[in-house]
Amino acid sequence: MSKVLTTDVTNSNATIITIENIYLLIGLVVMFLVVRTLQDTNHPKRLTTALFWLLFGSSFLFGDVSIALFGKANTYLWVGVSVVLIALLAGLNLVSMGSYQPLTEQQQTQSASRLGNKLFVPALMIPVITVLLTVSFDGIAIGDYYLLDQRHLTLASLTIACVSALLIGWKITGGNPIEAVTESRRLLDSIGWAAILPQMLAMLGGVFIVAQTGDSIKELVTLFIAPENRFMLVVLYCVGMALFTMVMGNAFAAFPVMTAGIAMPFLIEGHGASAAPLVAIGMYSGYCGTLMTPMAANFNIIPAALLDLKDKYHVIKVQIPTALALLTVNIILMYMVIFND
Amino acid sequence: MFDLNYWPLIGIPVVVLGFALRFNPLIVVTVAGLATGWAVNLDILTLLQTFGEKFMNSRQLASFILILPVIALLERYGLQQHAKNWIAQIQSATSARILALYFIVRECSAALGLLSLGGQAQTVRPLLAPMALGAATNKHGELPKPIKDMISAHAAAVDNIAMFFGEDIFIAFGAVLLMDAFLKENGIAGIEPLHIGLWAIPTAIAALIIHLFRLSRLEAKIALAVAHYKQQEV
Repeated sequence: MSKVLTTDVTNSNATIITIENIYLLIGLVVMFLVVRTLQDTNHPKRLTTALFWLLFGSSFLFGDVSIALFGKANTYLWVGVSVVLIALLAGLNLVSMGSYQPLTEQQQTQSASRLGNKLFVPALMIPVITVLLTVSFDGIAIGDYYLLDQRHLTLASLTIACVSALLIGWKITGGNPIEAVTESRRLLDSIGWAAILPQMLAMLGGVFIVAQTGDSIKELVTLFIAPENRFMLVVLYCVGMALFTMVMGNAFAAFPVMTAGIAMPFLIEGHGASAAPLVAIGMYSGYCGTLMTPMAANFNIIPAALLDLKDKYHVIKVQIPTALALLTVNIILMYMVIFND
Repeated sequence: MFDLNYWPLIGIPVVVLGFALRFNPLIVVTVAGLATGWAVNLDILTLLQTFGEKFMNSRQLASFILILPVIALLERYGLQQHAKNWIAQIQSATSARILALYFIVRECSAALGLLSLGGQAQTVRPLLAPMALGAATNKHGELPKPIKDMISAHAAAVDNIAMFFGEDIFIAFGAVLLMDAFLKENGIAGIEPLHIGLWAIPTAIAALIIHLFRLSRLEAKIALAVAHYKQQEV
């Protein structure tokens, strides 16, 4: 839920930094790390870890080329098979950390005092440049060329920000981009399978859409409904949003199902509730669920890995009290404001 | 009501059970997908193609990988150490105050649509968590791992909560447009994205109050945990 929608842009104009180019860049980074993994002779699970990232990187490096050459059906099929293999490798515990050569703590402290506040510059460049480009390059074209992919403006801006920060970081620290990517293996390995979970969940969501799981949930929920009890309807909608979001890992997936299942027929049509506060607070109830589920991996599980927390669920545990308090607030607030009579 | 088809729901118990039994989440999700496809009689080729299509179409979720080389390079040259040392110069800085300040800035900037200003990979790991840890170390001396983990987890939580409950105020954000589109599709007229954004404000303020209240008690919690730890050591 971090993508700001930009205005629709027709494809008549060419784009210099397209989403496909960004995927190629990600693919190159991952493939470089595969090579580094293969070179890591002290790696306890060298070959299987390399295979894991190779399969993952292939969908970035070769995915779009494959669609152009072999068509969508064939490409989706080999990517789908890769996904199952990726899951198997992770499930059989064949993916692990390798061995790395970090500077000693003393060297790092020396370097820190030598470079001082300059170290902050590249780190701060990433958010600042991303925001500046996102705001200023919306719809900007040079002649017939868009500089940044207009449908993925934030991502294109982030890419430029990262590349610029890498170059400035090279100038400041003396460590070149090859060294930087090599170093990032330590970070990517510590994230491990969690790096792929968000895409896997998007995939599961897609299967649920094909299987029309949402319709079944809607029917299931209506079994619990007492249509005349307003307060219970509000509770059911808010708690339902939170619970379904916890299952799907994403409030956007829960919103249409729960709103069409409960809010539209029973609250809006049944009791004349006003729609604007209903949906706004309903969506926020879903966000309370996002804070409490491992399925929202990029918010809850990847950070735990990035911060080297012993308990992968530690971030979730810290968030639960705020999430439950806010869910309660949402229920009371919704009950107080949506009814006009 | 009696013709309810339960089969498409089979993925949900698979997910819940899989997580409860602590299987690897990638396997859990894949099995849930396979089970759902099987339950609705999808043939295996179509199912694998659906897997591949959705996986390919959600590749933007892996964009954080581009941030990692920058952060890794800066960390090699002492970014985390410097963040700690820098915060140690500010005498009044405490873990809770740093996190509270970040929360306010993050929620307000998210409400203005500036979502990329923060993030787990780009700000929490390299800057926010080391600063919060540095302030606590400054006050209590070297911290044991469980207390470090508690402070780091709070840093991650602050970024999530502030962003989630700020972003829906910004009317051009995806969630607001999604809600607006849903209402229009279902024949409810006269609602503008602005109305939805306005009704996001009360919960956003509640999130601010509730979480700042919790952070105001964090210092005492850290002090207690440190005292407890020192007692055990003696």
